[in-house]
Amino acid sequence: MKLSMTTALAGTLALVLGFAAPAFADIKIGATVSETGPASFLGDPEAKTLKMLVDALNAAGGINGEKIEFVIYDDGGDPNKARTFATRLVEDDEVVAIIGGTTTGTTMAIMPVAEDAEIPFISLAGAIEIIDPVRPYTFKTPHTDRMACAKIFEDMKKRGFTKIGMISGSDGFGASMRKQCLAIIGDYGIEVLADETYGPTDADMTPQLTNIKGKDGVQAVLNPGFGQGPAIVTRNYAQLAIGLPLYQSHGVASDSFIELAGAQAAEGVRLPGTALLVAGLLPESDPQYAVVKAYKEAYEKATGKPVSTFGGYAHDAFAILVDAIKRSGGSESSAIRDAIEATSGLVGTTGTVTMSATDHLGLDLSAFRMLEIQKGGWKIVE
Amino acid sequence: MPELMQFFLSGITVGAVYALVALGFTIIYNASDVVNFAQGEFVMLGGMITVFAFEAGLPLPLAALIAILGTAVIGVALNRLAIEPARGAPVVSLIIITIGASIFIRGVTQIVFDKQIHRFPAFSGDAPIAVGGATILPQSLWVIAGALAVFIGLWLFFTRTLVGRAVLATANNRIAAQLVGINTKFIMTLSFAMSAAIGALAGVLVTPITLTSYDIGISLALKGFAAAMLGGMGNPKGALVGGLLLGILEAMTAGYISSQYKDAAAFVVILAVLFAMPQGLFGRKQTDRV
Repeated sequence: MKLSMTTALAGTLALVLGFAAPAFADIKIGATVSETGPASFLGDPEAKTLKMLVDALNAAGGINGEKIEFVIYDDGGDPNKARTFATRLVEDDEVVAIIGGTTTGTTMAIMPVAEDAEIPFISLAGAIEIIDPVRPYTFKTPHTDRMACAKIFEDMKKRGFTKIGMISGSDGFGASMRKQCLAIIGDYGIEVLADETYGPTDADMTPQLTNIKGKDGVQAVLNPGFGQGPAIVTRNYAQLAIGLPLYQSHGVASDSFIELAGAQAAEGVRLPGTALLVAGLLPESDPQYAVVKAYKEAYEKATGKPVSTFGGYAHDAFAILVDAIKRSGGSESSAIRDAIEATSGLVGTTGTVTMSATDHLGLDLSAFRMLEIQKGGWKIVE
Repeated sequence: MPELMQFFLSGITVGAVYALVALGFTIIYNASDVVNFAQGEFVMLGGMITVFAFEAGLPLPLAALIAILGTAVIGVALNRLAIEPARGAPVVSLIIITIGASIFIRGVTQIVFDKQIHRFPAFSGDAPIAVGGATILPQSLWVIAGALAVFIGLWLFFTRTLVGRAVLATANNRIAAQLVGINTKFIMTLSFAMSAAIGALAGVLVTPITLTSYDIGISLALKGFAAAMLGGMGNPKGALVGGLLLGILEAMTAGYISSQYKDAAAFVVILAVLFAMPQGLFGRKQTDRV
């Protein structure tokens, strides 16, 4: 059964109008995201998305006639605070499920609280450790770094590159992705000839890139990184006229990357991104077309800001949860957990989610689109 | 050797950024012995205000001017509202106040502006200039020129002007300075305004290279502080040389040894220098009369 946010809303609306159901006790959902602090560029769109979706769902009559009561805390990216808020959500607010954990750090702090209380928890953070090994009550929506690596290596293989250079950020994201990429690179028959790093706030990466340029046989360069680093790498790459294909990661898959790196320097850069990023380029026949378009339009109307992949993660977490609550037909945490695990074919902004007892992420590589920057815009290349 | 040249140019680019930030520390330090840890915030404000004024449609030079003047006003406000009321407090307390102020400024900035990374166009385009087989961006030349101009300005200010000497006198002995007719309150206000303006100028010059966001100040301040310590706190020459040295050191380590050890190598050298010369390369010797 294919379900999407819009059809879900329409269905609920019809139900409410049709039966004018009496108000049951509210369903209480909790969230703790990093609305402020260093991860605020992730947490801010997440919080805005969740609030917007809750309002929209309640305005449409709630789930099976029950309104959602939404409690959201701002942990500021601090794992200690995240743990405190998770405990508060469980003990004081008595929520049936938790969405949150903007970063891997805060997710790891929330996870034991949710597991102990046996309350389903849908994380919005990237690390593979969150769902591997699988824990009964923990789920997540973003792709893992390893999937991004796989997508990039698949594309490299297709283009016949077997020897590459890597330049990675030494921040959490860059270091983790570098590790994940190196772990699977052998499966694709690709060899890393140069392995350089840079600090997250460095202003110039030409020495590292000069060394990569000087290595004989390098056919392409991969830059796992986040924040301003990849933009500076891209600019330096153009400055040195290296001329080899450059791959960036999903960490910088946003329009602001093209703006920061400059359209000229970013020309030809490839990266794996989600359908949300290229909403305007999707053909109407694309399975994600309707969901992505609806979310993008609603978010941009509500906030006046462009959608980001990160807000999309929150969108998907909420859609999965609402879908599960609807199917479980009640507000029992354990029933909701079982229903989340049985999620099948749910189309979200990041991909089509089909979970199982061994897969609490439920995405496959098709969720990523290989994108190339051409003339300051995105192009799907597959 | 084009590699060496490229490493060197990279080092100069980054070093000039550090030097500009380090120069901003000099004035307040000279006037009050306070290391102003909100200096990085001034750099950030210079960049952020310019970005938003520029995006609002103002021409870049005007946006930059507004940013520099606006930041100078914020510097004065910082002195009036936070430093002056605590004037009797020991220097360490004042330094802690500046750390608090930097957190405050960061918090306000992310609410007033936003949390995204920004950039505005380089002053004279992005076409790299070839030098001996290596390349440098025109904006780097602007930063280097800016650092030199600020250095010369400060040097003239401290050695050739009465006000500059009054700043040094205030730092040396506030009461004695007052006795010879120096308005020490005005000197403090002036030094905060100038430090903030230099910080903002740095922000305007470096943003096309480093990019800017509300939280960029802290790392810039740390590197600038390290550069200032290396060269000798309070000495404009020290700030300039310290900054360039630190940048070149980092670039050479990244180029020849390993980019993993870039920061570590730089700090090891700084530690070694400070161990042998605790006042930094050009620092004045501390002498206490009994």
